[in-house]
Amino acid sequence: MNSLKQIRFVWKPVVFALCLLPALKAVGDTFGWTGDLGANPVEALQDHFGNWALRFLMIALAVTPLRQLSGRNWLSRFRRPLGLFAFFYALMHFLVWLILDQSLLWQAIKEDIVERPFITLGFVAVLILLAMALTSTAGMRRRLGRRWQQLHYGVYLAAILGVWHYWWQVKKDISEPLIYALILSALLGYRLFRRWHRTHRHG
Amino acid sequence: MQRTGKIRPSEITSESNYLNRRRFLESGLLAGASLLAGGANSASLPASAGTKLTGIVQSKFSTSEAANSFEDISTYNNFYEFGTGKADPHENAQDFQARPWTLEVAGHAEHTGRYQLEDFIKPYTLEERIYRMRCVEAWSMVIPWVGIPLAAIIKKTAPTSNAKFVRFETLNDPQQMPGQRSRVLQWPYREGLTMAEAMHPLTLMAVGLYGQVLPNQNGAPLRLVVPWKYGFKGIKSIVKIEFVEKMPETTWNMSAPHEYGFYANVNPNVAHPRWSQARERRIGSGLFASKQETLMFNGYAEQVASLYEGLDLKRNF
Repeated sequence: MNSLKQIRFVWKPVVFALCLLPALKAVGDTFGWTGDLGANPVEALQDHFGNWALRFLMIALAVTPLRQLSGRNWLSRFRRPLGLFAFFYALMHFLVWLILDQSLLWQAIKEDIVERPFITLGFVAVLILLAMALTSTAGMRRRLGRRWQQLHYGVYLAAILGVWHYWWQVKKDISEPLIYALILSALLGYRLFRRWHRTHRHG
Repeated sequence: MQRTGKIRPSEITSESNYLNRRRFLESGLLAGASLLAGGANSASLPASAGTKLTGIVQSKFSTSEAANSFEDISTYNNFYEFGTGKADPHENAQDFQARPWTLEVAGHAEHTGRYQLEDFIKPYTLEERIYRMRCVEAWSMVIPWVGIPLAAIIKKTAPTSNAKFVRFETLNDPQQMPGQRSRVLQWPYREGLTMAEAMHPLTLMAVGLYGQVLPNQNGAPLRLVVPWKYGFKGIKSIVKIEFVEKMPETTWNMSAPHEYGFYANVNPNVAHPRWSQARERRIGSGLFASKQETLMFNGYAEQVASLYEGLDLKRNF
């Protein structure tokens, strides 16, 4: 396969289109073309975007293990776009909360961020993802040098905070956040194990 | 979210139709008022959900606010016995057998025993009461219930002076209630009121919704409605009413006592640990409507505030 070209002109657009499907579904549901948002449309949209933000974080974090285990190095080319989609869905989740749920009432928003730990967690996660998205270009990467890598390790923290945010948000039934927590544990556990394995082999 | 096609649009009463029908009913009722005043009150309770209830009188306690659609009220439910998602009860409760239904009255009262629901309901007049309903999750609805004041029922059961609280229990039947197969809450669902709360004229035992037999997902055949309290106090599918001396254990309070108190009065000044209670989203107001301010005791303060005089509502939330 003429890999570079094929990845750039075939697979990247295909993945990009797939990643947009949840957003299109939200738009379609909002206007009643692809379904509806039910009795509480604000809650439905917020849950939809929040779920997809977590899913894309997991998918983006799965790229490196998949690449290393399969030896298919071209997979790494999908890491940045997948991470950016995670940010996009997190941002939509945040904006639905800010605009549709809180109606931009700053006093209430500030109070929620400061006083409700689960909202604090989500807010910090969005800020981390924002910082990563803003510095995701090749130019920024060059300019930041070593600090770029340090900043982008923030994805681990953002993912942990995101799952934790979901865990605290549910009233009682933790089965769904538990699934995310298990997947995230596997993805982070893989990295820890690999690092431990490497240091012990070389040390 | 896929909606199962159990309710056709033709079955959903529009608000305007509903209000027209009410006006029609009311005028008819005025004409027949002398009949009703004579105590010709004999509530009959058809078995299947959706069947029209007859002999309903309107209540002076109804709000004039526009009621939510039947679809909203019957598809967006918290009823963990049928699943923890809001759409689960509508999906999973359709085959629930709400008849025959036996109700047990127990504890400190003279007329305890087991009753067939129809017999239990018979002596009373069904009332329609349009109440605001405020969920602890900061959303709200306006719901036209049909039911009987709990006070009337309690008077007939003749509680003794030892009765300080009333405790209620939901059916425990994991076969029929798939949510009870998981340990997400302690089953059976339990709730309770002080005697004064239970005897308050606003407290209703509902058997219907929108003039019809209560849908299963809304707590058929018999549920509690306490409009100044958060929705979780409104225990559904009641099988047992017991008069007790001590404050009873209640399900959500047992599950997370710092989040869900025994009183659970709607109170904009006492935040839930994880969200503010100052404002609420009115279901049906659409995507772009902002939340509205939550009223003390859900707007029923004038009627119920005296019940809590001298009680610190920040601690007794």
